[in-house]
Amino acid sequence: MTTHPTPVLTLLAAALLVLAVPAGAATPAELLAGYSASAGAPALAARGQAFFQSRHGGEWSCASCHGALPTGPGRHAATGKAIEPLAPAAHARRFSDAAKAEKWFRRNCNDVLGRECSAAEKADVLAWLNTLKP
Amino acid sequence: MTLTLIRIPSLALLCALALGAHADDDTAGRAPLLPAYVQECGACHVAYPPRLLPASSWQRLMGNLKSHFGSDASVDAATTQQLTTWLTANAGSGKRAEATRDDRITSSAWFVREHREARHWFGTAKVKTAADCAACHTKAAEGSYREREIRLPR
Repeated sequence: MTTHPTPVLTLLAAALLVLAVPAGAATPAELLAGYSASAGAPALAARGQAFFQSRHGGEWSCASCHGALPTGPGRHAATGKAIEPLAPAAHARRFSDAAKAEKWFRRNCNDVLGRECSAAEKADVLAWLNTLKP
Repeated sequence: MTLTLIRIPSLALLCALALGAHADDDTAGRAPLLPAYVQECGACHVAYPPRLLPASSWQRLMGNLKSHFGSDASVDAATTQQLTTWLTANAGSGKRAEATRDDRITSSAWFVREHREARHWFGTAKVKTAADCAACHTKAAEGSYREREIRLPR
């Protein structure tokens, strides 16, 4: 009996999913709210900064490509290609599309940590990025 | 009048296509870059001209984007399919598109020969790797590699 979720729980789960990954255009604040809701805890910008700048035991950190302070341009650690600033205040299109943000988190977390990032980690990083001013 | 205007560029295009294989200025026969290719692949590296690899190389690369020269470059299934179709349709053949041991454009004998005079830059702060075309080819982002567009770093 307990294996079947109640309709209320199913609806709640669906609502949380929609919150976590809103389709199409979004604002950095909305994306942050979605990740925080999924994490079930408020984001911490300071924790996000430490996460962003740590190598996590591997070769790269987020900062390897985006720069330690991503209000300016970065440079791809492998190819040398210029990367536009990551902080939303420095680049209006950053974190304005949920699917795009998810795609890059998936790929880049795999590169840096060898796994995908949790909603809490994404929330922390985005909370920190949202505090940065060019 | 309208007809004439349309026919002139068409003729030019035909000539360019016909001369493509033998042209020296690296522009003739060039396919316009697919916007999705520039957006997805061009985010991390120059959107390399598809003609510089054979279709078999593009197929291998697109089949293993999860582990793309040390990076996760995966895209969704529909985009993977779209890019693979376009890359293989515009892939090269002949000397400039020989299959290389690791599917890197920069491993081809043609690339190495063409860059004999530039190779001392590779691996320096100015030109991180040989794959950083835009460090010297000022119009690489648009897919253009004309000799006169080259600016060596200072």
